[in-house]
Amino acid sequence: MKSSERVVVVGASIAGLTAAESLRLEGFEGEIILIGDEAHLPYSRPPLSKQLLMGLWEPDQTRIKSKQELVDLGIQFRGSNPALDLNLDSKVVLTASGVEKFDALIIATGAKARQLGGQGVQTLRNLEDSISLREKLSTAKTLAVIGAGVLGSEIASAGRALGSEVFLVGKAEHISFGSVGSSLSQRVEDLHTANGVDLRLSSDVLDIQVGHDGASLLLDSGEVIYADLAVAAVGAIPCTEWLAKSGLDISDGVVCDSIGAAAPAVYAIGDVAAWKDPETGFARRVEHQTNAIEQAMSVAGTIVNNRESIAPVPFFWSDIHGLSIKAYGWFDGQPLNELTSISPSGSMLGSETGGRTRGVVSWDAPFKEFRAGRSIVDESRNLSNPKP
Amino acid sequence: MKITVKEDACVGSGQCALVAESLFDQDDSGIVVLLNANPDASQESAAQKAASLCPARAIIVN
Repeated sequence: MKSSERVVVVGASIAGLTAAESLRLEGFEGEIILIGDEAHLPYSRPPLSKQLLMGLWEPDQTRIKSKQELVDLGIQFRGSNPALDLNLDSKVVLTASGVEKFDALIIATGAKARQLGGQGVQTLRNLEDSISLREKLSTAKTLAVIGAGVLGSEIASAGRALGSEVFLVGKAEHISFGSVGSSLSQRVEDLHTANGVDLRLSSDVLDIQVGHDGASLLLDSGEVIYADLAVAAVGAIPCTEWLAKSGLDISDGVVCDSIGAAAPAVYAIGDVAAWKDPETGFARRVEHQTNAIEQAMSVAGTIVNNRESIAPVPFFWSDIHGLSIKAYGWFDGQPLNELTSISPSGSMLGSETGGRTRGVVSWDAPFKEFRAGRSIVDESRNLSNPKP
Repeated sequence: MKITVKEDACVGSGQCALVAESLFDQDDSGIVVLLNANPDASQESAAQKAASLCPARAIIVN
């Protein structure tokens, strides 16, 4: 890229911000425009369901970059400015405040919380959600969480820590834990139960009534749960409405090749992007912080120095009932086995595909064991993706 | 260049120690240990990369 050129990044959360930073690290000297729909400076989302919700942090502590730090990096930040349309032929993004021309475009618009039938049930996705949820949690004697995944589990855990009686309601038979899927279900369910969470799995919510003094949930078993507070954590939908007329493939997020290109000079990263997995050939979205960061760095390298890098290894972590759970790699729905050779404590678990360990889970394992498990995944990956 | 770390944000992913091993290490629970808070300019890009890669954004370089 020449210094006369201009990169527009749409989306100012972790993916977009990291892309903008990484363009500079790669040596790009041209203009960088970072467009966000929220008013806030870029902030970190994982603490929204962890430290912030538990009341351990104040909202300011989630901020990643100050205004001055963005200026110092030569990043022109435009908040409160949603993107509305993309024209690939004329290389222009239409935003609420006007038109942005680009030589390269990075799409990082993320995903938004799926709503439960438009009934005004609280969700958790952005800073305001977390602040309002924390305030309500401080007085809620009973909490009902709908959605038995990672986020639902973290909210349930925070509710217990703050002294609420907690129901965790899930449609599926088992808790599905991020990319690890159902193979970790039993451990997570046992952990919830041991910490006093009332599980209601295989339970469809037929009706929710939300009033000023609380909510009532009618389950398909006929049971009615009354709670001071109901929260829905039933997944996220990629933010692609603004791309509807662009001609890009947005069948499940922005569909990309294995280096994140959706069209010439147009890339997508983070929760909104479905990169092709070189191993399986399928494009899929990965909603994890580390994935967003590594895709951002990879795309910056491609744009500035035409240096392709292989798709990053997914990593995510969660804190539930005081335990730290980490997952590294790919799980493909395979069962988890104890990795006794590296983990005397029995708290490192591995998932095998095609005779190779492609993913490991640390169930509050000592750090040295997690590091050993990560090396196994890296080695098995290098065998199938030899670096040029 | 000055590096600061936020231990209360660190999640022990270990990315920093992988990309800048002369600047960062991890203690027995995986939490970041800053080895050099004022490295020379030659290490700036490694420090910046570690800061960007940190999933918890627990490293600040300025």
